[in-house]
Amino acid sequence: MDSGDTAWILVSTALVMLMTPGVGLFYAGMVRKKNAVNMIALSFVCLVVVSIIWVAYAYSLAFGSDVAGFTGDLSYAFLEKVGFDPLDGMTIPHLVFVIYQMMFAVITLAILTSAVAERVKLSSFIIFGILWITLVYAPFAHWLWGNGWLAKLGALDFAGGMVVHISSGFAALALAFVVGKRGGFGEYNIEPHNIPMTLLGAALLWFGWFGFNGGSALAANGLAANAIVVTNTSAAVAGAVWMIIGWIKGKPGSLGIVSGAIAGLAAITPAAGFVDVKGAIIIGLVSGIICYLAMDFRIKKQIDESLDAWAIHGIGGLWGSLAVGIFATTSINEFAGLINGSVSLLKAQIIAVIATVIYAFVVSYVLAKIVDAVFGLRVSNEEEYVGLDVSQHEEVAYA
Amino acid sequence: MKKIEAIIRPEKLECVKKALEESGYVAMTITEVKGRGEQKGIKLQFRGRIMDVDMLPKIKIEIVADDEDVEEIINTIIQNARTGKYGDGKIFVLPVERSIRIRTGEIKS
Repeated sequence: MDSGDTAWILVSTALVMLMTPGVGLFYAGMVRKKNAVNMIALSFVCLVVVSIIWVAYAYSLAFGSDVAGFTGDLSYAFLEKVGFDPLDGMTIPHLVFVIYQMMFAVITLAILTSAVAERVKLSSFIIFGILWITLVYAPFAHWLWGNGWLAKLGALDFAGGMVVHISSGFAALALAFVVGKRGGFGEYNIEPHNIPMTLLGAALLWFGWFGFNGGSALAANGLAANAIVVTNTSAAVAGAVWMIIGWIKGKPGSLGIVSGAIAGLAAITPAAGFVDVKGAIIIGLVSGIICYLAMDFRIKKQIDESLDAWAIHGIGGLWGSLAVGIFATTSINEFAGLINGSVSLLKAQIIAVIATVIYAFVVSYVLAKIVDAVFGLRVSNEEEYVGLDVSQHEEVAYA
Repeated sequence: MKKIEAIIRPEKLECVKKALEESGYVAMTITEVKGRGEQKGIKLQFRGRIMDVDMLPKIKIEIVADDEDVEEIINTIIQNARTGKYGDGKIFVLPVERSIRIRTGEIKS
């Protein structure tokens, strides 16, 4: 047990917790004002629902004893046998690890509310969310972090490029196909109603990401410091790339700058404990370009994955996870990527990325179809027209 | 001279604005307003109870135009703001005594 490590992971837990309402504010600013309360509320709903199922059984499914490489068992259900003593190889209480990991599950579900912005029935989203954490998030966490089949294969995911970003991004795409476009999408402009709110949300995300990636070292050490340095660098480079693209096309819009930064943050996440700052610059640079192109593609194809979880988190996470296999260096951690003469890591990363993309998309699509068929995922046209703030919460953001 | 006041759906503003501009009517004032028509807003059924939502958000467009332009402006607004459902809004035409351009003091009546 190490009190310094424990203190840092407790602080990181708090930092990551703040990212979830941060996602809420980030998204709320980009929707119309009649849906602002709902967008933030959905993030808080993720916080309350996932917090409960995580301690009840989801932590155990993710990190319990391995069952066939696919899932954990229920030995830690209701935090049975989880106490103050560290797990093997760790220096923090097991309980601290549980709640730190909980915050990852919470924000992952919050990210995918992007897909259903301004049109989801709250009750159905809760049901979908519980099923999704159980059948998509928990298995992914097990596969990569709970000694599941991808971990055994040698795939690496430092802070959640696949577990968090590919899973939420590609699930969002699947969910968007099932729930359908917002009324009026493609016919008239659906403008962001409060850009400062989005910027505030982005600030909380960037701030929290230091705990997200820095905390994933699970210790207060040099690796945590490296994770924070490369995280900040990648975010800054990708933000600069979007700013330049915006400038070339017209004005450097603030929404573009922060969207780029978040693309850079998502992309560096799987790599933060394996690459140095040179790798981070390239990861940020490429993520800025490809996430922008993905967003452009989505808009051209008229897909209403409304707030770009797929383009930013899905594609960013996909690129970053592959980048681990390219830029990992033994000067930071024990693993070497392609440019340091090893092919095997890149192979494992490619297999892991393909598996997570397909599983996240297909299972999320099937779950969404089932929830839609049984409960209906979407509000009525009239409820959508007056906005979800009134129809789902009987509240308004601005009187 | 007449003043045209059109109450329309907020999401229709962009296409109404664009169509009016293409017909040569650029000047306008818009206000975000709330109101209800003869349907008294709408009723939502939500989790077994009924909720009245009256005072729906709308946009008011105000345009002052010469008498001979009024019909074209009205038709343009109707064509671009209509969905065919309740809540599409209404247009009012009012007489205007005179207008004064503040910059030059020019008076039209």
